[in-house]
Order: sequence, then C-alpha cells, then structure tokens
Amino acid sequence: MDETKELKTREMVINMGPQHPSTHGVLRLRLEVSGETIVKCTPYVGYLHRGTEKLAESMTYLQSIPLMDRLDYISSMTNDVGYCLAVERLFDIGLPLRAKYIRTMVSEMSRISSHLLWLATHALDIGAMTVFLYAFRERERILELFEQLCGARLTVTYPRIGGVRNDVSQEFIDTLYQFTEEFPDKIKEYETLINVNRIWLKRTIGIGIISAEEAVNYGLTGAALRGSGVDYDVRKHFPYDAYSLVKFDVPIGKNGDVYDRYLCRMEEMRQSNSIIKQCIEALPTGPIMTSDSPKFTLPPKDKVLNNMESLIHHFTLITKGPMTAPAGEVYVATEVPKGELGFYIVSDGTGRPYRMRIRSPSFIHVAALPRLCEGGFIADVVANIGSIDVVLGECDR
Amino acid sequence: MEPSQIVKILDGGFAGEVIATSEFRGQPGITLKKDRLLDIARCLHDTPEFKFDLLRDLCGVDYKKMKKPRFEVVYNLYSITHRHTIRLNVQVDEKQPSLPSVAGVWKTADWHERECFDMYGITFDGHPDLRRILMPEDWEGYPLRKDYPMAGPDDEEWAGFKEVLKKAEEFKKFGWHLNERK
Repeated sequence: MDETKELKTREMVINMGPQHPSTHGVLRLRLEVSGETIVKCTPYVGYLHRGTEKLAESMTYLQSIPLMDRLDYISSMTNDVGYCLAVERLFDIGLPLRAKYIRTMVSEMSRISSHLLWLATHALDIGAMTVFLYAFRERERILELFEQLCGARLTVTYPRIGGVRNDVSQEFIDTLYQFTEEFPDKIKEYETLINVNRIWLKRTIGIGIISAEEAVNYGLTGAALRGSGVDYDVRKHFPYDAYSLVKFDVPIGKNGDVYDRYLCRMEEMRQSNSIIKQCIEALPTGPIMTSDSPKFTLPPKDKVLNNMESLIHHFTLITKGPMTAPAGEVYVATEVPKGELGFYIVSDGTGRPYRMRIRSPSFIHVAALPRLCEGGFIADVVANIGSIDVVLGECDR
Repeated sequence: MEPSQIVKILDGGFAGEVIATSEFRGQPGITLKKDRLLDIARCLHDTPEFKFDLLRDLCGVDYKKMKKPRFEVVYNLYSITHRHTIRLNVQVDEKQPSLPSVAGVWKTADWHERECFDMYGITFDGHPDLRRILMPEDWEGYPLRKDYPMAGPDDEEWAGFKEVLKKAEEFKKFGWHLNERK
C-alpha cells in the first residue's frame, strides 16, 4: 500500500515533427500532454527559412518573381500575381483588360489545385484515403494545363509586372472549358465520399472551435476566418485584377470548427470554377502586356525579335532592371488559397526594393495553432493542422 | 472614416504624438512617437468609430542612412466592419531599440513581434515570450539589418570550411579521390 503513495501523475512532453507526415512540411510541435489532453502546445518554425526578404532587397523588381514561386509552392501562381500587383501599385501601372482576365483565370485554377491538395491531405490525415486519389486525379489535369500554358507545373513564374508572360492558346481555353464543365460533378463525388461519412463527421464537427472575434484577433484570414462567420475576402474588400467584373459568392461558416472550414473550402472550389467559366466567356481580345509604362515593363516578344530598340530595352530590363522607381511605401494584399498574402514594399527611388516584407497567411495560422489545439486530444492536432491549411515554405519564407 | 479625420481625433487625444502624415497611392500613413503607442493601439482597436480589429501586418524597417531615428516598426491596420485602413510608422531609436508590445491588443502581434526581434533586434516591452523565431536560438546578429552582409559576417569564409578542407586532405591518404578519376 505504501508503494501506491509514491506513484504520481505528471505531464508528458511529446515532440511532433519536424518530420511528421501530417505536419505538411517541417513544422515541429512540442506538446505537453496530461493523458490524452493537450495542456500546452508550442510550435517551432524556421526550418525552411531561406531569407527571401533579404534576397529580394538585393535583386531588381523583375528578378524577384521566381523567388515568390517558392513561398507557397502549391499555388505559386497566386503568389506571383500578388507580388506583381504590389509592384504595379508602386509604379502605378495599369493592366490591359485581357491580362486582367487571364490572371484572374489562372489564379482561380491555382486556388482549385491548392484546395484539392488540401482536401486530399487533410482527408488522408484523418483517415479517408480514397479522397486523396480522387482529388489528385483532377489536380493533375490543372497542372497539365499549367504546363501547357507556361512549361512548368509548380513554379510557374507566369505573371509579369504589367501583364503576363505569354498569351493563352485556343487549345488551352478549350481544355480548360471542358474541365470547368466536368468539375462540379467531381466535387459532388468527393462529397459523397466524406460529407456524411460518420468517421469524418466525428473527427471534424466541434473540433478546434474558434469564435469570430477571436479569429480576427488572431489575424486568421481566408477560409480559416470565414469558417467562423466573418465576411472578409480580399477579392471583395479590395478588388484587384478582374474580380470586380465577375460574379461570385463568398461562402461563410457558422460554428468555426474544422467541419465548417472544410465546407467553406469546398464551396470556394465551386465559386472558383464559376469564375474561370465567366473569365473564359468574357475574355476580350487585345494585348497581354501594358505599353503605357515602357520604362518598367517588358516589350512584346515579336517586337523584341524584329526591332533593335526593343531588344536593347528588353536586355537592359532583364539584366539591370528599371534604374529608378517612385519613392514611397505600399502594402498590397491578395487573396491566396491560404488567406491574405500581403506585400509591403518600401522603395527609396532606386531600382531595387529597399525593404520587402511578405505577410504570409501560413505564419499567422501556425501562430494560432496552440489556441486551436490546447484542451483537445492529441488525435485532433492533425485535424487542426489540416483545417488551417498551412504550407511551411510560405510560413518560414 | 476618412484618414484625415482619424489623424484629427488621434491628435486631439494624444497631443504631440503624431509627427507626420503621408499618403502614397491612396494609402494613408501616420508617423508616431513610440512612448504612448500602447494607448493609441487600444484606442484604435476599442473605439467603435475606428474599430481596427485586424492587424494585417507588423514589420520592422531599417533606414540605416536614409533617416533618423534608424528603425521604424510598421503596423498595417484594417477595420473589417468599417472597411478603412491606416498604416502606423512608429519611430524607434538605434541606441535604445525597444517599444511597447501590442500583443495584448492584437494576439496576432505576438509572432510578428518575435520575428521583428529576430530580424532587427528590436525588443518589445511586455511581450509574453520574446525569443528568436525563424533563426536558430544561438544565432548571432540580426539578418535584416542593413549592415548585416548577404554573404555571412564580414564576407569571411564559413567557419566550418577549414574543417572540410582538412577532412578532404585526410581522405586523400586513402586514395579515394583516385578512384573517382577512373
């Protein structure tokens, strides 16, 4: 009997990651658990820090575009668009209408592809393997379209300051239209697999609840915020590209749990599909690169090949970049699949950014992870990581 | 609310704190002194007319030779209800790089301030857990400062480089490099 007196219960520390399959990259969590309940959760990030902000300070505005691909490598198209928009705002460059529509179209393709990857891995973490195979089938089609468009599947570097790199072909448009016709049925397919699946419901409903006020205070954006019932979408609040010209709804959740965030993203895919369709139907003819600001934007390719001045111009822009820029500071945000991606650029008048800050949604979402996990079970940590949809490349920059 | 009105109300409540106002590409900005930052932040967050509930971004900027004082900490605020934005540039001196933490007002500032500390060495008074975040804990120097070189401190060779060279010499004893040539 004396022996039992000495037996104590104490909290145990569990290390999760950095090489854990459900952390979607290299995220390390230090979990202090009492039995199965998490008492304290401390995330450690920075394993993928590549100093993008410092690198961008030493490069010209044009050279930084490929760096932006490598932030959120799952939807590089939206990062590039966000960066180009920020630079365009700094230089005060307007876009031709066709370029606006093309950018909107490819951004939404990227959003669908990112959401499909999220759905696949999120379901896989929770234990629904089949969805993974279904979602990757459609994601492959989008990646093939990207390859057809610009030659790369993931790191596209397609948008340029003042437009896009090359025009879309008729074959691309036809294939994409075919995809948009078929995609709504595919979403239904995913939903039949998990929407009323009893295990899925048990693992997601009522898990990781965060109230609207708290979600805003924690700085959550994107579907993670909208799942809590806050109507904030950068595409609606600060319309850019052609988003003011197309019709779409912003799905909003109610309870702020993992299930509502899941529902929001599923509906977002439908809306994205409809946006792509509208863009194809309304796609105007015309130039894909603005000619209003020849000092900062690349000349059209056919002129480069046939005109000496354009060739020189192209060469200096690529090698040296624009020598001057307006002095000032701008903060421009875009809605990427993860949330709000912001670029804050300080220019001192030279051809390189004096300071370039990247406000990445994943970084802020990981910061909110302890709030979602604490008080819950260990098994729900993977559900929470999936539901805030983080990419560590973007988090660590 | 118009940015000029925000400045007016702020100037009324916190006399002498606003140093300058600016507007570039339609984005209003206010340059502030750091002393009463916490009160100003609470005022902007809590007052129903302002209601700046979302701190979109917080970052440091190092104006080494361009401006004095050397550092600025920039807050980008947005009100989801009223749909207005404001940018606060708070001046921080080089000799005493510290300012009040706003993590108690916006929880999202917690990690942003840690990153700012990590990259610029600016400390935030009253921060719950001010540690390095992206760099390793034993890292020396503050990488985003303008005097921090791109290619390591003082362009020196990497400290471990000599060790690698020594090992390469040792391997030569075994003749491994000869095998590669074949």
